[in-house]
Amino acid sequence: MTRTTGDEAALVAALKNGDEAAFVDLVDLHTPAMLRVARGYVPSREIAEEVVQETWIALLKGIGSFEARSSLRTWLFTILINTAKRRGVRERRDVDVAVLAFTGGTVDPARFRGSDDPYPGHWLPSEVPAPFPDTPEGSVLSKELIALARRELDKLPERQRVVVTMRDMLGMDSAEVCELLNISVANQRVLLHRGRAAVRQVLEDYLRETT
Amino acid sequence: MTPWPIDCNELVELVTAYLDGSLDLDDRARFDAHLLECDGCENYLQQFSATVSTVGKIPFDELDPAFRSRLISAFKDWR
Repeated sequence: MTRTTGDEAALVAALKNGDEAAFVDLVDLHTPAMLRVARGYVPSREIAEEVVQETWIALLKGIGSFEARSSLRTWLFTILINTAKRRGVRERRDVDVAVLAFTGGTVDPARFRGSDDPYPGHWLPSEVPAPFPDTPEGSVLSKELIALARRELDKLPERQRVVVTMRDMLGMDSAEVCELLNISVANQRVLLHRGRAAVRQVLEDYLRETT
Repeated sequence: MTPWPIDCNELVELVTAYLDGSLDLDDRARFDAHLLECDGCENYLQQFSATVSTVGKIPFDELDPAFRSRLISAFKDWR
């Protein structure tokens, strides 16, 4: 799922030498994901582009002293997120508190048997999940599900959207996301789980209607 | 020693931790034991994994050529 491999050391060396082709490769590799992440913090595409441009300029100014202690991508996204936060109009709530305070489940409680049932907490017979069908790459159904997932992802609360984007679209691991967003492992997981669960519900609703 | 059982409505909240391999070994054993007995939860896990893989296939927007050119000009100025 990782979309950002490649010979990073060679790219960094070329960039330090002012190699334009190396820069263009990096721009093509990372800019679409950077725009998507930046958009989670700022109100318009135009501002997201400014943030991304500022980030690339900051990277170029700093590349001479880049020592590859973290990956180039982590460094790039650290600059991006700091820049985006500075430009963001939304005030930063205390995320850790907000996440933990919310204890509701991610699946409608009405789908489970009640406490008066011999099997409390188990699926009601009418609510047992059915497996999603196999969707071959490029099939109509596959495209529909991807479009639905995208729409739902855009509707998620900002922090969930950013975490799901980083983990599942960019293929970052939990440690990298925690470092970039400066959140605890536990909160990263809650945000990721809630976001994924919301997308799952939309796909399930759609598949129940159409199949 | 068999671990104490876990209910479906608890299992559904542990799926991301399970997929990340971050459950402790007791919870992982409870999760696995439950899956063996429960088709609904096995299907839920399959739905969840399919969802993660679907999100992984969402394409990024195409890079606007004008914006790409601006970035390359910025590079030329820097150099």
